[in-house]
Amino acid sequence: MADTVLEVAGLDVRYGQVHAVRGVSLSVARGAVTALLGANGAGKTSTVMAVAGARPMASGTVRIFGQDRTGAAPEDIVRAGVAISAEGRRIFASLSVEDNLKVAGAVVPDAALAADRRTALMERFPILGERRRQLAGLLSGGEQQMLAVARALMSAPKLLLLDEPSLGLAPQMVDRIFDIVEELRAEGISILLVEQNATLALEVADHAVVLANGAVAAAGAPEAIANDPVLRQAYLAA
Amino acid sequence: MDFVIQQIINAISLGGVYAMLALGLAIVFSIVRLINFAHGEIMTFGGYGIFLSLAFGMPPLGALAVGVGAAVVIALAMERAAFRAMRGADVVALLITSFAVSEILKILFQNTISPRPVPISLPAAWSSSYRVGDIVIGVGPTISIVVALSALAGLTLFLRRTTTGMAMRAAAEDFEMLRLLGVRASRVVATAFAISGLLAGAAAVVWTAQRGSVDPMMGFFPVLKAFIATVLGGLGSLGGAVLGGFVVGGIEVMTQAFLPEALSPYRDAIVLACVIAALLFRPDGLLPARSGARS
Repeated sequence: MADTVLEVAGLDVRYGQVHAVRGVSLSVARGAVTALLGANGAGKTSTVMAVAGARPMASGTVRIFGQDRTGAAPEDIVRAGVAISAEGRRIFASLSVEDNLKVAGAVVPDAALAADRRTALMERFPILGERRRQLAGLLSGGEQQMLAVARALMSAPKLLLLDEPSLGLAPQMVDRIFDIVEELRAEGISILLVEQNATLALEVADHAVVLANGAVAAAGAPEAIANDPVLRQAYLAA
Repeated sequence: MDFVIQQIINAISLGGVYAMLALGLAIVFSIVRLINFAHGEIMTFGGYGIFLSLAFGMPPLGALAVGVGAAVVIALAMERAAFRAMRGADVVALLITSFAVSEILKILFQNTISPRPVPISLPAAWSSSYRVGDIVIGVGPTISIVVALSALAGLTLFLRRTTTGMAMRAAAEDFEMLRLLGVRASRVVATAFAISGLLAGAAAVVWTAQRGSVDPMMGFFPVLKAFIATVLGGLGSLGGAVLGGFVVGGIEVMTQAFLPEALSPYRDAIVLACVIAALLFRPDGLLPARSGARS
């Protein structure tokens, strides 16, 4: 399975009595986008956070680039080449735009390389360059999302976990975010894309997984999933 | 007039000590959510560091440096030995752990050194005074103000200009996100404790230089005031801790200086009444922490 960058098998996540994720298995192929779909509370974010090392796994395994990373700490997952743009963006509001990128660059051993990446990202997302000295908390939702993605890219990941990047954004901005997803894939970054907006996610995805009540309800090619009544049910079930 | 100016100097001097201690408490709380009741013992340990180095014949400045170093070491050691194992535990469990650490250290001080105050003899010049015009200013309060203001300024620069400092501020907002960006949690926590130790050590220097002795309870009372300062300023807010420290120090000195003799037993009550009044109007403190806390 040399072409699988992420392989999750039989993942269970529990919060006390709540069984949030039940035996979820999914994979992301090299250079591809896997869309993880489902209603609010279906277990999407719990799944992604468990992969990132930020939620305890009750059972299951996570293999990243062929290595077993089950139960690894978030810091080590990042060093394995995985970055996350988390749900809710979670930018550091009291730091400037540039300082948000500097903090994310702390993981890069070479300071000059980190500075180069910062410059490149501020060119790639010109709005961040323009607002580099502004407090990140004062950015608009879309700009904060750009920052969250740019911050994730500071570690030059080979696998990006994108959790709800379009949530709460204006339609124009949503289009821009999905353009970015396609650009990143073209650059060879594999992506696990968590989305509520199933229609758009299925347009860019190479593979799709639908969660309902914490378990996989359907998985397969995006075209097949788009026409699968399970998808509609998964969203109505919540 | 001279009297007023001297009292203002005393207020800044005492407020500076409270501010350093409160800032140390706040920086740890903002990142680890630990209210460290053993913070006073970090300061006391620094005081004994000074005492022992002087007893072994070290020159005064060297001894003070050892005191600060000792405070940093004990702060890092208590994080490693007691608090690291408790990471992620709830606030109450952490609080009780810090009580335990505090009691253990106090008993160690009593049994290995002395339950009574031990003298710290620093050069006589340090307890003398000098004149500026008509005003007599003590060397002790001057040192205290200089040390406190440089420590606060240095820390501000560190937090604003260095990547590690930025990571500390980011950790106070959203520690989990910081880890998700690959920043090592242990390093951030250790840095927070080292800074709190450094500030407590600086407070120990200032405190012992002015009082000339160390006892097992040395750190307890000033840290108690520093707790009040952090709550007054806004728990977890660094700027608030500093402001709260100066306010509590200021009220304390002013009540001491200007209150009629008959009311002096009520001094602490008056300080606390002022704090309660302030919190009634601003329940989150004077400068509330940004709520980066997530459920």
